[in-house]
Amino acid sequence: MAVVVILVLLAAGSVLFHLLSPWWWTPIASNWNYIDNTIIITFWITGIAFTAVVLFMAYCVLRFRHRPGTTAAYEPENKKLEGWLATSTTLGVAAMLAPGLFVWNQFITVPQDATEVEVIGQQWLWSFRLPGADGRLGTSETRDITPENTLGLNRNDAASLDDLIIEGGELHLPIGKPVKMLLRSVDVLHDFYVPEFRAKMDMVPGMVTYFWLTPTRTGTFEILCAELCGVGHPQMRGTVVVDTEEDYQAWLAEQQSFSQLSASSEANPAATSIAAAAAQ
Amino acid sequence: MVDVRSGIGEALPPPEVEDVELYHPHSWWTKYVFSQDAKIIAIQYATTAIAIGMVALVLSWLMRLQLGFPGTFDFIDADAYYQFITMHGMIMVIYLLTALFLGGFGNYLIPLMVGARDMVFPYANMLSYWIYLLAVLVLVASFFAPGGPTGAGWTLYPPQAVLSGTPGGKDWGIILMLASLIIFIIGFTMGGLNYVVTVLQGRARGMTLMRLPLTVWGIFTATVMALLAFPALFVACVMMLFDRLLGTSFFMPAIVEMGEQLQHGGGSPILFQHLFWFFGHPEVYIVALPAFGIVSDLISTHARKNIFGYRMMVWAIVIIGGLSFIVWAHHMYVSGMNPYFGFFFATTTLIIAVPTAIKVYNWVLTLWRGNIHLTLPMLFALGFIVTFVNGGLTGLFLGNVVVDVPLSDTMFVVAHFHMVMGVAPIMVIFGAIYHWYPKMTGRMLNEALGQIHFWVTFLGAYLIFFPMHYVGLVGVPRRYYELGEMAFVQDSVHSLNAFISVMALIVGAAQIVFLFNLAWSVRHGRDAGGNPWRATTLEWQTPETPPAHGNWGKELPVVYRWAYDYSVPGAAEDFIPQNQPTPGLVTHEASS
Repeated sequence: MAVVVILVLLAAGSVLFHLLSPWWWTPIASNWNYIDNTIIITFWITGIAFTAVVLFMAYCVLRFRHRPGTTAAYEPENKKLEGWLATSTTLGVAAMLAPGLFVWNQFITVPQDATEVEVIGQQWLWSFRLPGADGRLGTSETRDITPENTLGLNRNDAASLDDLIIEGGELHLPIGKPVKMLLRSVDVLHDFYVPEFRAKMDMVPGMVTYFWLTPTRTGTFEILCAELCGVGHPQMRGTVVVDTEEDYQAWLAEQQSFSQLSASSEANPAATSIAAAAAQ
Repeated sequence: MVDVRSGIGEALPPPEVEDVELYHPHSWWTKYVFSQDAKIIAIQYATTAIAIGMVALVLSWLMRLQLGFPGTFDFIDADAYYQFITMHGMIMVIYLLTALFLGGFGNYLIPLMVGARDMVFPYANMLSYWIYLLAVLVLVASFFAPGGPTGAGWTLYPPQAVLSGTPGGKDWGIILMLASLIIFIIGFTMGGLNYVVTVLQGRARGMTLMRLPLTVWGIFTATVMALLAFPALFVACVMMLFDRLLGTSFFMPAIVEMGEQLQHGGGSPILFQHLFWFFGHPEVYIVALPAFGIVSDLISTHARKNIFGYRMMVWAIVIIGGLSFIVWAHHMYVSGMNPYFGFFFATTTLIIAVPTAIKVYNWVLTLWRGNIHLTLPMLFALGFIVTFVNGGLTGLFLGNVVVDVPLSDTMFVVAHFHMVMGVAPIMVIFGAIYHWYPKMTGRMLNEALGQIHFWVTFLGAYLIFFPMHYVGLVGVPRRYYELGEMAFVQDSVHSLNAFISVMALIVGAAQIVFLFNLAWSVRHGRDAGGNPWRATTLEWQTPETPPAHGNWGKELPVVYRWAYDYSVPGAAEDFIPQNQPTPGLVTHEASS
């Protein structure tokens, strides 16, 4: 009997914990509430399945536990029941998979009007690059990284020269505009993760990865690294600020371009060594 | 519905194959140390696996101390923490679970359950164990090497695994880890070929494939999978060893490490991930399928009822084994691989839920209208179903590509895989030890100690890992030495972390009760007799307990029926052993 009581308490306790505990996701700040909705659907289907199985087990133990004189039934197979269970399971799985794939298609289809922002990860620092007046990012290579050119931009590419560079500082994004995050790493795997955005993606040295989002509320959010990148992994923090268009333009105007940074580092070697130190 | 074969109950003459050419031991050394008897090798495997498993247990205590009470313990710095989690993970998955299920239970049960005298290649079988022991020793050596063991995480993702920002990356740690895995795979291959060939070639007369107990089906399928999956890991380890020692660039692109250009270029870190998970996902089922098989037999025996839908159960095992080779990239949804892979791998992953769910239904339907004896093996089987269903269902979150995006790399993942491939299979291991210990020693394990062990382990493990999902749902990433300040994390999450750590210490301590029980009952346990559970399968029908070398005495058993003739209407007892003819009594025949 103790087994029955504990099984029922375990099922009921799990459901109550889910409903009453204070631990739930942080309020969303991007367009990916579709993802949240798919998680809710999945919680309902799996929660019902879990409760049903555990309570059925409890019933079986209560009703069919050994007592003197009892014997078990002899029923090797029941094709009808097995077929019915397989069919209903397939339907439940399809009910989760269909919205999942639908939203995944949105997730990987970047809107035409998305602006590009580059995030560069290195042990254990976030840097960012925004397109300048020409609206596009210049080319870059890990091989071109030097103490004066810590992100490895191509000096011979005109598109690079006006790119805005933020090393170790805050990234700002305008509210309500789709943005494609281009992700690059110069050393090991990292992962650009802002819990409020729901989206995340690994950053892989040797290639450029991406995801997109539209910020939906202003505020200051933490950037975490979500892929183990060595002992400094938990300290690899950054900040992203979602601004109104006005605030964003004001912030943008303060940022320095690649050519400005290069010029000032030639004029002032001390600044270069500070930048190099920050990179380390 | 019930297929009947004529003449099924009639006795056959005993087979003419008597004792085959087994190497019988001539001294204490060849009997207990360099033994070629699968049963001794099984115990050697199990003892070694449990011993190294205790190291993993202590490591889990240490990491939970850090997570629950950050900053309290000076000796756990970031380097040590990453070394603890890495070694804990690798030991549990490879050196404990794989070795114990296949090397331990596989060696003990396959020859006995199929009615063979031993494995078909006893010498290779012995070698398999000694190579496994060498792999364990190389692994342990890394704890004492300069720089300590690797702290790259059990997934060993390059480039960080071989760079200086990771403990052991530029020291001995990663080299010994890779060497140990290579040695393990060589040893496993020798054992694995043995298990497969013995099941295919060594079965007793009448033991058709569709009369095999599900335990054998589970171990057999898992071994076939392991023989196909481990080579991918082998290749990955060799290539990474070359990258680390010879300066090749299989997995290493152009890299600037701490401001310095490295001499690598052109390699792909993602290639490693594909190789690793081509092994790593089947590995989940290499652990799960033996557990599925064993728990089926535990439930059937202790509910005194045939397993429900035997043929469906066999096909589910085979289908799950096959499908598990085309789902690996669901571990890589946010790895940066081609995003269109997501559609394919999410679909295959969720399809695998269907045969898995069928297995769960058939377990609970075996309980239904059964005659349930709440013995220790049955309790652990019930604990398995609860934790496996819980952990399996959270797999539907992580397998469904877009749902995985926010949850990936958070504590939700840690909670999921611990519940489904940690707690659940270990429940089965415990149940199986309580079930077969009487055959291995001739004595029963102590019931009262077993009850304490079960309730603390089952409820404690559930209280560790169920709330941990919600820590991940909040957004707490995994593999964080310390959370520090995170604006989105409430203070109560830290209290929950402390609670989880306290539970982990308690559950760990309960395993000491279990180890004491194992040692104490060898001499002081109640006498078990040959078949204390009144079970049908062949291992309980041996002339001696524990079975002697060669298992069967003079004559091999002849098999007349499937493994599940419990509570057959009209039979004298509530079980009919597989090797017992029953003239005049019609029973189910699953093979037709």
